Amino acid sequence: MGKRTIVPFGPQHPVLPEPLHLDLVLEDETVVDVIPSIGYIHRGLEKLCETKDYNQMVYVIERICGICSFGHGWGASAAIEGAMGVEIPERAEYLRTILHELSRVHSHLLWLGLMADAFGFESLFNHCWRVRETVLDLFEKNTGGRVIFSICKPGGMRKDISNENLKEMVEVLNGLKAEIKEITDVFINDASVKNRMTGVGVLTKEEAVELCAVGPTVRGSGVAQDLRLAGDHGVYHELGFEPVVEEAGDCMARTIVRIRELLQSIELIEKAVAKIPDGPVDCKVPKTVDGEFATRLEQPRGEAFYYAKGAGSKFLKRMRVRTPTNINIPALVKMLGGSDLADVPILALTIDPCISCTER
Amino acid sequence: MSKAYVTKSPWVVHYDGSSCNGCDIEVLACLMPMYDVERFGIINCGNPKHADVFLVTGTVNEQNKDVVKQIYEQMPEPKVVVAIGICACSGGIFKDCYNVLGGVDQVIPVDAYVPGCAARPEAIIDAVVTGLGILQAKRDAMVEAIDAPAAIEAPAAPAAASAPSAVKYPPIFTMAEIKVNAELYKK
Ligand code: SF4
Repeated sequence: MGKRTIVPFGPQHPVLPEPLHLDLVLEDETVVDVIPSIGYIHRGLEKLCETKDYNQMVYVIERICGICSFGHGWGASAAIEGAMGVEIPERAEYLRTILHELSRVHSHLLWLGLMADAFGFESLFNHCWRVRETVLDLFEKNTGGRVIFSICKPGGMRKDISNENLKEMVEVLNGLKAEIKEITDVFINDASVKNRMTGVGVLTKEEAVELCAVGPTVRGSGVAQDLRLAGDHGVYHELGFEPVVEEAGDCMARTIVRIRELLQSIELIEKAVAKIPDGPVDCKVPKTVDGEFATRLEQPRGEAFYYAKGAGSKFLKRMRVRTPTNINIPALVKMLGGSDLADVPILALTIDPCISCTER
Repeated sequence: MSKAYVTKSPWVVHYDGSSCNGCDIEVLACLMPMYDVERFGIINCGNPKHADVFLVTGTVNEQNKDVVKQIYEQMPEPKVVVAIGICACSGGIFKDCYNVLGGVDQVIPVDAYVPGCAARPEAIIDAVVTGLGILQAKRDAMVEAIDAPAAIEAPAAPAAASAPSAVKYPPIFTMAEIKVNAELYKK
């Protein structure tokens, strides 16, 4: 048995845009144990929400994470709507679904780029982000923001998106398909990429279920767990949604899940735009929130949980958010055990960590 | 002797204090083909010991303030700090959170501030280019301090180390002003 060494990984690390800290216990080059430590980004947003009224609160919730900001706004709005007992108009549900899927496209492209960076494929990184800029342009045109949109509110949407703009969105996304395919072919077929990812960080089906992994991490291990299937929110049941599942459970499988979801999201947007009804995008909501409500939403990274409890006034007594990365950390620790030191950056990225979500 | 405005390739290091990621991905977007700051020779190097410009996003709190300080101290002189996003400038939307001390300038000196939530890539690039003007000024001041007769009589090292803080430069320039300032600093 070799001597044990502890190598700190993060909080400032070239592959991580975010401060995640791992203490890697090494025996020679092999990781035998991992001690994750978090807390560099904790701000206390749930507490801050209690000091804002329910309309202002959505702005705070969106800033839990700048990558899936739309989803957080939606989740919080849905929880508040549930507590109030209001039903939002159908067009608003459609618009939310469309923007949420567009967020998924941008989030998965971002992740593919960061993954390419983690295994040192700089030009692939650049190409992924180049394509992502087109998606951000769509966001900017339709919502006004590139990463933070503030378009969701309790009761519906802050503004409508015209049918022409939606049609244009579909056209632009369809135009991107060829480019996305070109990029993702490299991930799937390139020999050096395959060598880095195939068979690395295997998470079996049983382990994934036992560790309660969520999102693409669990779907890459052969479990068809997707909250879009449950149909609490959005119009997925009307669009004929099928979750993407891969069996292998390694880094490659998780990458392929995300690649297929990327194309699937574009299709979902196309179907939703074809079906979207006309009508109002918001409805009247009561001035005060009473009662409580819990709801779940499938974010690009997996299941997120939102809980709102009203205090009979404009303010909430409690807003609770549980985010996907939080739940995936045990799975990450499992994958890292027994891996090579050189594979740690890839494995750290494979769960698509979002630390600012985790710590809020 | 004529001098180019940017004579060196400035390398940046990026650290996410406690931001929401919004500004971090915009910082990365600046490095990508769309905005492409590499054409100015700017490279994200990931190692504070190689960096000239420190880009910080997000607020500081009890746990990360030492990390921010350490990264700052590891960077060689002259160096410039750019605070990106309103929460790095003043705390922004997180100002009232119990675990937030405030803007980055609570723990390290900041040279340029980028407002916006999220800060736009154009604004980030503008601030970094502004920072380059400040960096050049600090570099010139260091060279002058080393060349000055007083510095030769006295031990040179402390004079050089303390010089940058003594430099007077306007806190924020516009692009046009930078060029004017660069002229001034040459004299
Ligand atoms: S300024 Fe706004 S977008 Fe940028 S990191 Fe802070 S909260 Fe996020």
